[in-house]
Amino acid sequence: MPLLKVTIDNIEVEVEAGTTIMNAARKIGGSVVPPAMCYYSKLEGSGGYCRTCLVKVSQGSFKDNRPMPKLVASCRTPVQDGMVVQNRTSPEVMDNRRAITEFLLINHPLDCPVCDQAGECHLQDLSYEHGLEETRTEEDRRTFDPIDIGDLIKLHMNRCILCYRCVKVADQITDNRVHGVLGRGDHSEISTLIQKAVDNDFSGNMIDVCPVGALTDKTFRFKSRVWFTRPFDAHRECAKCCGKTVLWMKGEEILRVTGRKDQYGELEEFICNDCRFHHKETTDWIVEGPRKIERHSVISQNHYEKLDIPENGEESE
Amino acid sequence: MNSTLKNTETGPEFNRETLDLVNKIIKRYPEGRQKSALLPVLHIAQAENQGWLSSETMEYVASLLDIQPIEVFEVASFYSMFNLQPVGNCVIEVCQTGPCMLKGSEEILAHFENRLGIKAGETTADGKFTIKTVECLAACGNAPVLQVGTEYHENLTTQKADELLDKWKAENKISHTNPYL
Amino acid sequence: MAEQILLKNIDVPGLASYEVYRKLGGYSSVEKALKNYTPDQVTSEVTKSGLRGRGGAGFPAGMKWGFIDKKTNNPRYFVCNFDESEPGTFKDRHIGQLNPHQLIEGMILGSYALGARTSYIYIRGELFYVLRIIEKAIAEAYKNGFLGENIKGSGYSLDLYCQPGAGAYICGEETALLESLEGKRGNPRIKPPFPAVVGLYGCPTVVNNVETIAALPWIINNGGEAYSAIGIGNSKGTKLISACGHINKPGIYEIELGLPVEEFIYSDEYCGGIRHDHTLKAVVAGGSSVPILPAHLILKTAEGKPRLMSYESLSEGGFQSGTMLGSGGFIVMDETTCIVKNLLTFAKFYHHESCGQCSPCREGTGWMEKILHRIESGHGTMKDIDLLVDISKHIEGNTICPLGDAAAWPVASAIRHFREEFEEHVKLQKCPF
Repeated sequence: MPLLKVTIDNIEVEVEAGTTIMNAARKIGGSVVPPAMCYYSKLEGSGGYCRTCLVKVSQGSFKDNRPMPKLVASCRTPVQDGMVVQNRTSPEVMDNRRAITEFLLINHPLDCPVCDQAGECHLQDLSYEHGLEETRTEEDRRTFDPIDIGDLIKLHMNRCILCYRCVKVADQITDNRVHGVLGRGDHSEISTLIQKAVDNDFSGNMIDVCPVGALTDKTFRFKSRVWFTRPFDAHRECAKCCGKTVLWMKGEEILRVTGRKDQYGELEEFICNDCRFHHKETTDWIVEGPRKIERHSVISQNHYEKLDIPENGEESE
Repeated sequence: MNSTLKNTETGPEFNRETLDLVNKIIKRYPEGRQKSALLPVLHIAQAENQGWLSSETMEYVASLLDIQPIEVFEVASFYSMFNLQPVGNCVIEVCQTGPCMLKGSEEILAHFENRLGIKAGETTADGKFTIKTVECLAACGNAPVLQVGTEYHENLTTQKADELLDKWKAENKISHTNPYL
Repeated sequence: MAEQILLKNIDVPGLASYEVYRKLGGYSSVEKALKNYTPDQVTSEVTKSGLRGRGGAGFPAGMKWGFIDKKTNNPRYFVCNFDESEPGTFKDRHIGQLNPHQLIEGMILGSYALGARTSYIYIRGELFYVLRIIEKAIAEAYKNGFLGENIKGSGYSLDLYCQPGAGAYICGEETALLESLEGKRGNPRIKPPFPAVVGLYGCPTVVNNVETIAALPWIINNGGEAYSAIGIGNSKGTKLISACGHINKPGIYEIELGLPVEEFIYSDEYCGGIRHDHTLKAVVAGGSSVPILPAHLILKTAEGKPRLMSYESLSEGGFQSGTMLGSGGFIVMDETTCIVKNLLTFAKFYHHESCGQCSPCREGTGWMEKILHRIESGHGTMKDIDLLVDISKHIEGNTICPLGDAAAWPVASAIRHFREEFEEHVKLQKCPF
């Protein structure tokens, strides 16, 4: 199959047929890449909901050079040969992104000071880059009580932006989904309806795919701000998953274990609950070295290049 | 209340006749697509469970259609005709949208609220009546309009509302009957 | 009076029964099509007729049928959209309740043309009593050999079923309808792919409105050209207009497209004028989602031409001074109407009916309702009026499905044409009505 030529913010790139605008932009990289709050390349059928990645197609293709009448979701729109896309170069796109950010925030509690996701929250990043300086709402916000969904995961529905990622994780990598989106419209909520525990070997990945602080790791709650922890790549032999993780450490202590995320905040591989929740001793792990944090974490501001492996971290089993 | 949804030791269960109807409905869809029958079956289940869907009822429906309970919860909570909380025997659903408002639906609603001593969304203490406001019932030419069970009542006036209410009181009206019958 | 294609026999007692319907010539189009036409010839007649989708979008029906993917080995489906829920629209119920066999006859024609072996009528759950009428009619059609195996010896077989919704306006959007028909939440799908390629159960599917389908028997009986001779410009044929609000004769009227709006409102044949000799203030001409127009712009275009009941004429002037024919839900308001209050009920409606999938609609519809509520109850500010315009502008065009537009247009248009009324609410700190 011949490659298709697409131009995004005046930068040309060639991609295979079927590639979306989002993934073509990711191939270019940098500021050309639209933000993604719901799209997740490893989850089938994800994307299209949050509308933050809307871009302008100013030329449909070589064959049909008309512009598309509306902004399109870059995560769900396949490129055509000769397509010309504007992301940051379109004032209309930037204006709409400002509006979408506002929509995502009008029912958000803005409780970042007490949110464990602070510092690695995609909504924080989005608001900082695209949000308004002022709040234009005076209405009451929609509220829900935080609930435990199982022993290990806390759900703060107030913070949820309904990206559907956790539902798709449950559908696609666990064998029995017990939670979902209930209700309709702005009353929709992630829930199990009846108090049912989300109890599955891979359920912890819901935490990692959550772009905000709606789903957090109960074993890590309020232990530390993420920017006071230091991430290390580590692995262990695991029968259930790849065993490749990141240990978030404070001194000798493993405060949290997560999967490894790429520059778009996406997991490279899903990990099992055993690795995530039940191996918090340094002796459990072979530590590879400090993790380079690319984006979506204030930790990237404090680069520490010196290899600093905790004692006892060399050998585990 | 004459319910065919019997509570057995293993949970709620339809009687033979209702099960036949459910199986007939399931056959309308291609093999493996029995989930398509979910909305019709939930309508029947709600009618047979005093007008609302308890989690046990929904789990029973899930087992009938061989799907996960969460799939039923997601659907039941999406559609406004399904009640996830108990309701009165007779649910009076008054349309509130523009065309009915233009023709005095607020007065009709207030009239029912006054006569029954409850607000929209509430049930009378004796469990006989619930008032619910609903959106457009697609009968705007005969506004204002209300619905009780599968009956439409149109061109309402406060006098007509009184007549209806008196009639329902006299006959102990039950609005949740199997809509297929 | 215009040619009556849909309502000709509507007042005949017992029309809902097979016998009466058959005696009046019912099902003759099916006999004709199965005997004389290939499926493609049926499509060709519909294309020739110029019939446009009567649910609101006005997309040419023949063209929509033409998109269906006939190359796959998957089954194809024909689905009737009977989820009539757009405020001001109540025409489909009239057909389903009084003339179900005409709908069934149309379903057979469409199914035959598209090569569907199983078809569904998806009807809003509130209309269960109409569902029962249609199911009874379907049973009669089976009994008389117009449904089931080998219809009238033609070799063509069709099963037809009726499926209830359960209270969700969004299911009138065709992909949400298909989701609902599959037993799921009524969340619209992201397009493309369109249903003609990936529809019900992933198979090629066409979804048409009740009124569109009910027009098919006449088109096959009389020919596509005869249908296209009725109407004006690209607005061919007749259209049901459901008229409500402050008129003397609310009801359902079958008009020839091109009828002057003024005649429709004031003639005794139709709405019979404004009630109790009040004066006309505004009209929402095509269901609650289309832009509201003040009296002078609904009767005449901005250029002073008489406004006609047609797709083209009603949209003349764009949204600046025009509107849309939409579903034909014609809501008339006299001078006693508070435009803000009426708009508030629409905003509440769209907020209530938003599925919640995409953020502009999920969050924006509720926000608009709250601001309108504030203004209407006398607590609004001048800034709120501009804020409403700004919100509506950022919902419009940015959502997965047209519900976002449908929620935005009424707000934008009410402020465009009746801004002083919003300002009066703010100044007086109460509703002036």
